[in-house]
Formats: sequence, structure tokens, C-alpha cells
Amino acid sequence: MSFEDYSGIWVFIEVKDGEIVPVSLELLGAGKELADKRGTELAGVLIGENVTHLADTLYEYGADTVYVYDDTIFKNYRTESYMKALLECCQKHKPEVILYGATSTGKDLASAVATDLPTGLTADSTILDIEKDTGLLLASRPAFGGNIMATILCKKYRPQMATVRPKVMKALTPEPGRRGQLIEETASIKEEDIRTKVLEIVQFTTQKVRIDEADIVVAGGKGLGSEKGFQVVHDLAETLGAAVGASRDVVEAGWVEHHHQVGQTGLTVTPKIYFAIGISGAIQHIVGMQNSGLIIAINNDPEAPIFQSSHYGIVGDAFEIVPLLIQQFKQVFNGEVVDHV
Amino acid sequence: MLHIVACIKQVPDTKIIKMNPKTNTMDRASAPAILNPYDAHAVEEAVRLKKRYGGTVSVLTMGPPPAVKAIKKCIEIGADEGYMISDRAFAGADTLATSYALTKAIEKISQIQPVDLIICGKMTIDGDTGQVGPGIARRLDMPPLTSVNKVKEINIEEGYAVVHRKLEDGYEVIQSTMPCLMSVEKEINDVPYSSMTNMLKAARYQPVIWAVADLEDVERTQLGLKGSPTIVSKVWAPTKPSGGEMLEGDAVQQTEKLLNLLLEKKELFAVKGGSGVEL
Ligand SMILES: Cc1cc2nc3c(=O)[nH]c(=O)nc-3n(C[C@H](O)[C@H](O)[C@H](O)COP(=O)(O)OP(=O)(O)OC[C@H]3O[C@@H](n4cnc5c(N)ncnc54)[C@H](O)[C@@H]3O)c2cc1C
Ligand SMILES: Cc1cc2nc3c(=O)[nH]c(=O)nc-3n(C[C@H](O)[C@H](O)[C@H](O)COP(=O)(O)OP(=O)(O)OC[C@H]3O[C@@H](n4cnc5c(N)ncnc54)[C@H](O)[C@@H]3O)c2cc1C
Repeated sequence: MSFEDYSGIWVFIEVKDGEIVPVSLELLGAGKELADKRGTELAGVLIGENVTHLADTLYEYGADTVYVYDDTIFKNYRTESYMKALLECCQKHKPEVILYGATSTGKDLASAVATDLPTGLTADSTILDIEKDTGLLLASRPAFGGNIMATILCKKYRPQMATVRPKVMKALTPEPGRRGQLIEETASIKEEDIRTKVLEIVQFTTQKVRIDEADIVVAGGKGLGSEKGFQVVHDLAETLGAAVGASRDVVEAGWVEHHHQVGQTGLTVTPKIYFAIGISGAIQHIVGMQNSGLIIAINNDPEAPIFQSSHYGIVGDAFEIVPLLIQQFKQVFNGEVVDHV
Repeated sequence: MLHIVACIKQVPDTKIIKMNPKTNTMDRASAPAILNPYDAHAVEEAVRLKKRYGGTVSVLTMGPPPAVKAIKKCIEIGADEGYMISDRAFAGADTLATSYALTKAIEKISQIQPVDLIICGKMTIDGDTGQVGPGIARRLDMPPLTSVNKVKEINIEEGYAVVHRKLEDGYEVIQSTMPCLMSVEKEINDVPYSSMTNMLKAARYQPVIWAVADLEDVERTQLGLKGSPTIVSKVWAPTKPSGGEMLEGDAVQQTEKLLNLLLEKKELFAVKGGSGVEL
């Protein structure tokens, strides 16, 4: 394998309901830094049905080139069809790095592609860097349930691949009108070769505010004692127009559904304000919320580790503190203390 | 009759794990070895499918000799047979080399009885990559079905399976030809307490153990450290944040302080239908 033949940083662009999934734009931002450092170009690989027009957005977010596979066969994500397209694209254009969002689609696709190429794949990276001269990708990730961080290298194979957690990289500010090169591709794949069919897609509608998109998240933990006790979290969230988050223990106890879980095995959130109420602050929880703008912890144990990770801490009983907060916020919103603003 | 192979791994219990603050390495002795929790759900699902459709459940692990304990745990859950591949040559395997070794073992198991379905956990709690399952599927040229949280139907005569595959905001219903590989989410089932009969069976059970030499057509260069494209170059403990300001006083004083701080920083919110906070 001659490494000189491989160049360019690629990002797999995930599309859902006709829209680019946010993590793909975040990865273009991260990929741009790597590409600049290497003096190479940044490309997006766009696969789907009726997706070609999305290339314009990708240029604005930093892509120099967009490889597009636009065909009805790609209407729904299926491992075999997407993998085939990406493999062919890879063999033809030889990138040195490919990044994927660590979503259910991205992880599925990357694992399959890595096996077939074959090459190394770093999972769930949260930090990326590249050696300027050698092009060696330094991908770092949490392992052992978040207890350690490890830097993973792939020295002998190209392309180097990594899945990257949503919300840890930053998208560039889009540059309106920025243009790039569109390369239209066709994959040699036939419907009869694909062994899976998507029969139906069911979307949850109960989710009021998606916690990974909310500006404010009010999260509660096992310290609230019961599903009934957890109601204070819903109340504060409602007062603030915030989304409800939860620790894993709360989800496992069945007080709220899994899509509220913040952390290692839940969602990563980066709201402007994060309230952690009755949450102890286990590392697996912290990794999911530590990049929030402002973290406020309420816990009755002054030694709770959560205080180490918060900007403001209140030691006290949640059932006393939270209702007070709700009352005071309501007063502010009703214009009673507007002077401060 | 279905023959299901569940892949399982023995892992250190990361809830109890302690880090050595000086060397930034994991104190493995501090952590008891357990069956990877996701794999308990994989085995449980295999056992449930066996009850629904009839068949045999075999479990397979790659690991050091003490991993026999994880196999016994699976017998307690209701698996019929256990296979272990254990050899110095497997050591240091990344996911590519792990899926290669497990594939070779599954090929050998299929000679004993053809395999219709492979079930893996969604991920392990130590490496937690979730890459091994899809890797095995690709090597055996089976469709990989990841993030499965429900097996709706298996049709043995017509050779297909219908599953729910979990997505970020819902799920999709997928039909796949069999044989196929599924990696399953925890919510797919609850693992009940083991029955006395199974516990007694497990206590006596001795799995089949193979070394590399027992497997066929193995390219040794694809095993272990040698066969692993990725290497762990550096390991460190995540930095602990230093902690912020504790708000003093009684409950009323504390909450008022917080409110004032938020107001001062203009971190107040456009509540109803607003676009959020200005920082
Ligand atoms: C592989 C792995 C993955 C994991 N993934 C996640 C994950 O994604 N997300 C996650 O959250 N966890 C995860 N965990 C679990 C994690 O280790 C902790 O067990 C969990 O976060 C603890 O939840 P908790 O803080 O709600 O409960 P606890 O640890 O029980 O803490 C409750 C807290 O509430 C406080 N409290 C009690 N009563 C009151 C009161 N009246 N008022 C105020 N405070 C009170 C207590 O002082 C305590 O600090 C994972 C674990 C493992 C091993
Ligand atoms: C700190 C650290 C970081 C690592 N990072 C990476 C990385 O980014 N990329 C990489 O390729 N490797 C990585 N590895 C190596 C990886 O942990 C090993 O390859 C491991 O053997 C398999 O990966 P996993 O534990 O992540 O399994 P997963 O892919 O998470 O496991 C999924 C399922 O596969 C099955 N399975 C996994 N292992 C076995 C086994 N030994 N026997 C039977 N069934 C099994 C189980 O059903 C399991 O639920 C890392 C290792 C360490 C120590």
C-alpha cells in the first residue's frame, strides 16, 4: 500500500428526511481543520435519493468537493447499498481519512466499510488531530465506560477511519455563496443484490423538545426518589421552556423514556444552560453534558462529584430548592423583576 | 430448527473500576469480571427465540481461560452449548482481528450444525466500539442488523427475519434474508433470574475450547496484535473539572443568588416560543 496515493479528508454526509444531519456539518468543521493542516482538500460523500441539491449547503460549511450518489436505490439507509457506494468511491478516489457521525447509521456503515476495505476504525472519537507531515490521524476516545481516554492510531492502512460523537465538534459558520466541485457518481449495485428491505419507519412524536437541540436542559437523577418526585424536573423545564434530561438510573427505573438519557450511553447535549438536579455526577453522565455553556447543580450532598463539574452549585433538598426557583423564575417572566435585565 | 450463535465477552465491571492515579492505568484487579451486560440480553433473546421457534443456542467467546465463567453464566440464562477460543495468538486484537477470529470459530461451529442466526450485544462496556458484530457479518457475508430492539418475526421456511432497528428518534422495521447477524439493544428484553435447573447445569458445564491450531484456514497474520490495524498509543484519565462557585445561604438566598447571577449574565431566556438564551 503506497500512502502517497491517498489524499483528502472525507466526511460521510448523513441525510435524514431530506435534511443533512447536524453531526455531518460538525464533522465538516473538524475535517476542515485536518485538511488545512495537511494542505489537502475536504470532501463530503453524499448518498441518498434527491440529495444532489444539498451539496450547496456542504460547500458553505467547508467542503471543497462533494461526491454524490443520487438514486432511488438509496432512498432509505441500508448497510449493503450505502457500503457498496462508499467502497467504490474510496477505491476510485483514495482518501486518507474518512469521518462518520457516531449515529446508528454512521456506526453501522463505518463498521461494514472498515471490514471490507479492510482498515482500522476508531469508535466514538471525541478529539481529532493529524500529524502534518505523515498524515497520521490521532483519534482519541473514551473507553471503559468513560473511565479512561485513549488515543488510537492506524499506522499501516489507508484510509484511516473514525466515528465521531455528535455535538463534540463545531460546525463552521456557513459562508453563503461558497462554491465547490460536484462529482456525480453511480454505484454498480442492483436492488436484487440487497438482502434487506425497510418496511416502515416509525418516528416518535412524544418528544416535545429534543434534548440534543434544546438551549436549556433540566435534568434529574435518582436522588428525586420516584417518578412522582421527578415531576419537579418536568415543572421547572416547563417554566423555562426547556427539555427534560435524565441520568441512566432514572431511565432504568422507568421514570422517563430512554431518549431523555444524557451521557455515555445516552445523548451528548450542549445546551446553553444545564441543570443537574439530584444527579451524583458519575463520569458516564458528565461526558454527556460537560460541554454545556453553564452547568448548575442542585444536590443535598456537598461532596457529590457533580459539583466538581458545575459552574454554580446549590447544596440543598431538591424538593425545597426547585419549587422556589420555579416561583422566582415565574415572577421574572411575569415582569416583576425586569430591572435586572 | 434454528441454530443461533450468541457472541459474548467477559469484561471488567466498569462501574467498580478504579484508576491508578499515578500511572493512569486501569487497576484490573479492582474490577470483578462480569458477562458484558449487553451480551446477557443477546443470550436471553436467543433463548426466547429458541422457545418461540425451537432450536439450539450456542454461545461463543474469545478470551483468556477465566472467561469460562462468562460462558457458564450464559448456560444459566438458558444457552445449550458453549465454545471458547483461547490462545496467546489472539491477544491484543482490535475489532478487525476480533471479528476475524470469531468468524473462523463460527465457521467451525457451522460444521457441527449450520448457523441460521448470530446475535451480538450492541457493544461491550470496556472497549465499547460496537464494531465487532457488523465485522463478523461482513466476513460471513450476512446482512448486519445493528441496534435491534425487537425481533418481530422469524420465518424459517421462507428464510427471513423482521426486526425493529432503533434510530435516534424512532425505529425502522427491516426485513432481512437469513442467515443474518443482529446486534441487540438492552431494551430488547429483561434477563430474569436463572432457574435452579440451569444453575446446576451451568455448574457442571465445560465448554469446548479451541486454540488457533484447532481452527481451519486461519491466516495467522490476521490475528491478535499483528492483525490489528489500530493501536492504542496513549491512555490517560479524563481531566477532572475544577469545580465552580458554591452558592451560600439558606434555600431562599441560594436561589435568589442564582437568579441574580443568571440575570446579570443576561442568561435569561425568552420563555414562550422564544429563541433561547443570550450569552
Ligand atoms: C458503561 C456504563 C454506561 C453508563 N452510561 C450512563 C449514561 O449514559 N448516563 C448516565 O447518567 N449514567 C450512565 N451510567 C451510570 C452511572 O455510572 C451512574 O450510575 C448514574 O449516572 C447515576 O445516576 P444518578 O446520578 O441519577 O443516581 P445516584 O448516583 O444515585 O445519585 C443520586 C444523587 O442525588 C442526590 N440526592 C438524593 N436526594 C436528594 C434530594 N432530596 N435533593 C437533592 N439531591 C438529592 C444524592 O446525593 C446523589 O448525589 C453508565 C454506567 C456504565 C457502567
Ligand atoms: C482503550 C481501548 C480503546 C479501544 N478502541 C478501539 C477502537 O477505537 N477501534 C478498534 O477497532 N478497537 C479498539 N479497541 C480494541 C477493542 O476493544 C477490542 O478489539 C475488543 O476485542 C473488541 O471490541 P469491543 O470490546 O469494543 O467489542 P464491541 O464491538 O463493542 O462488542 C460488540 C459485541 O461483539 C461481541 N464480542 C466482542 N468481543 C467479543 C469477544 N472477545 N468474544 C465474543 N464476542 C465478542 C459481543 O457480542 C459484543 O456485545 C480498544 C481497546 C482499548 C483497550
